[in-house]
Amino acid sequence: MSIVVNGMPAEVPGDPRVSLLDFLREQLHLHGTKKGCDQGACGACTVLADGERILSCLALAVQYDGRSITTIEGVGSATDLHPLQQAFIDHDGFQCGYCTPGQICSAIGMADEIRRGVPSHVTDDLDAADMPFSHEELRERMSGNLCRCGAHNGIIDAIATTLAPLPERATEAAE
Amino acid sequence: MTPLRYARAVDAQDAVLQATTGATYLGGGTNLVDLMRETIERPEKLVDVSGLAVGVEETENGGLMIGAGTRNTAIAAHPLVRQRYPVLARAILAGASAQIRNMATAGGNLLQRTRCAYFYDESGSRCNKRQPGQGCDALGGFNRNHAILGASDACVAVHPSDMAVALASLDAVVHTRTSKGERQIALTELHRLPGDHPDIETVLEPGELVTGISLPPALPRSTYRKVRDRSSYAFALVSVAGAIDLADGHIRDVRLALGGVAPRPWRAYRAEDVLRGGPIGKVAFAAAADAELSHAQALRDNGFKIELARRTIVAVLDELTGDPA
Repeated sequence: MSIVVNGMPAEVPGDPRVSLLDFLREQLHLHGTKKGCDQGACGACTVLADGERILSCLALAVQYDGRSITTIEGVGSATDLHPLQQAFIDHDGFQCGYCTPGQICSAIGMADEIRRGVPSHVTDDLDAADMPFSHEELRERMSGNLCRCGAHNGIIDAIATTLAPLPERATEAAE
Repeated sequence: MTPLRYARAVDAQDAVLQATTGATYLGGGTNLVDLMRETIERPEKLVDVSGLAVGVEETENGGLMIGAGTRNTAIAAHPLVRQRYPVLARAILAGASAQIRNMATAGGNLLQRTRCAYFYDESGSRCNKRQPGQGCDALGGFNRNHAILGASDACVAVHPSDMAVALASLDAVVHTRTSKGERQIALTELHRLPGDHPDIETVLEPGELVTGISLPPALPRSTYRKVRDRSSYAFALVSVAGAIDLADGHIRDVRLALGGVAPRPWRAYRAEDVLRGGPIGKVAFAAAADAELSHAQALRDNGFKIELARRTIVAVLDELTGDPA
């Protein structure tokens, strides 16, 4: 019984009531993942499970036995920032920073969804093989991550300049 | 959260055997874990079925079978769903957030519970759904989000799902299993109207497991329109799922279902009867909407939903009968 967290196996908690979020924060002392609402409304607790973004507050840790979890600590470090972390700094993608780990994990999962061709609510053509990386798409796809400081414009800019395919980055910059 | 045991089922038969008295099936947990934390749900045992029946497959008759454990994202992203059942893809993508859609299963989506604030307010409000016979504080309270169709004096809560509204319009069939065997239930018959017992929400027996959802072949055109207070990540005030088959300038067949307005995904049979075999146009569309909504009843705060539903029905029919984009 183990969950691999940022590449390291960890023992699954004995009490099935323990959420994945509390498991990460209280048992593994990985405090990067934040508890905002603890009811699935804010996205601050977003982590990646086998590369897919999920809400760790609504996940029971025991359900993720055998799965691989990536938290913000697995994305980058203070001395080795992920390019998206640097872009959040460059584009003022935060003020207080509380939602930022969730925003960054969410954005990484989102970029993968676009690459896999997963459509969104604002996608015009459901049959399209390639999903656009437009600001409208990014805003819709990131709507599960709230920022009470109101840094959403900076967040979307940081994501667009970092995770979009190169031709689309040029297009967005020209707009 | 009250103490509980956890077991991961290896298959449907195992799940049904493990679902003893006091047990609840666990899918993605996006609603159940929240309700457990609020102590509104107090299962003694969780039987995890989230890894069972995962996938979408074409059936022999040209329809689809969706495994109950399939995540919402996987359904919406499936090529056959996007090509043939856009109403279903659009409904799923209009619901929740991407993180929640990555977790939530098809079976759990159907069986999620209302987001009525009085249902959730265990310490401060009366709710017949939470505690039978207690009374309903939504009736005389803030009921802007509540039902205009199918409600009762005991409960005016709405079913929150978008996906289920699309499925209601598609004549979906729910496949279930118990220790006694398997059965099939029309999706439109899965949820009960509240009547005197809003605590009993479906026709499922204790321990009955939803294993899949099948869809018959699709009508040529379908879509889903959702109206809500903000443009993303909000429950519907009103939503309309529609599918249509046109021939020689008239409506050969049509299916409509409404969300956000009733205790269950609301199949609009009255509107369909007005439209089927009839002409295309705003006059017919408005007559159909009026027929469906003639029985609507407004509470203190939700009278706007009647006009909003009328306009949304007409808009969806306009879209479905206009020139293909």
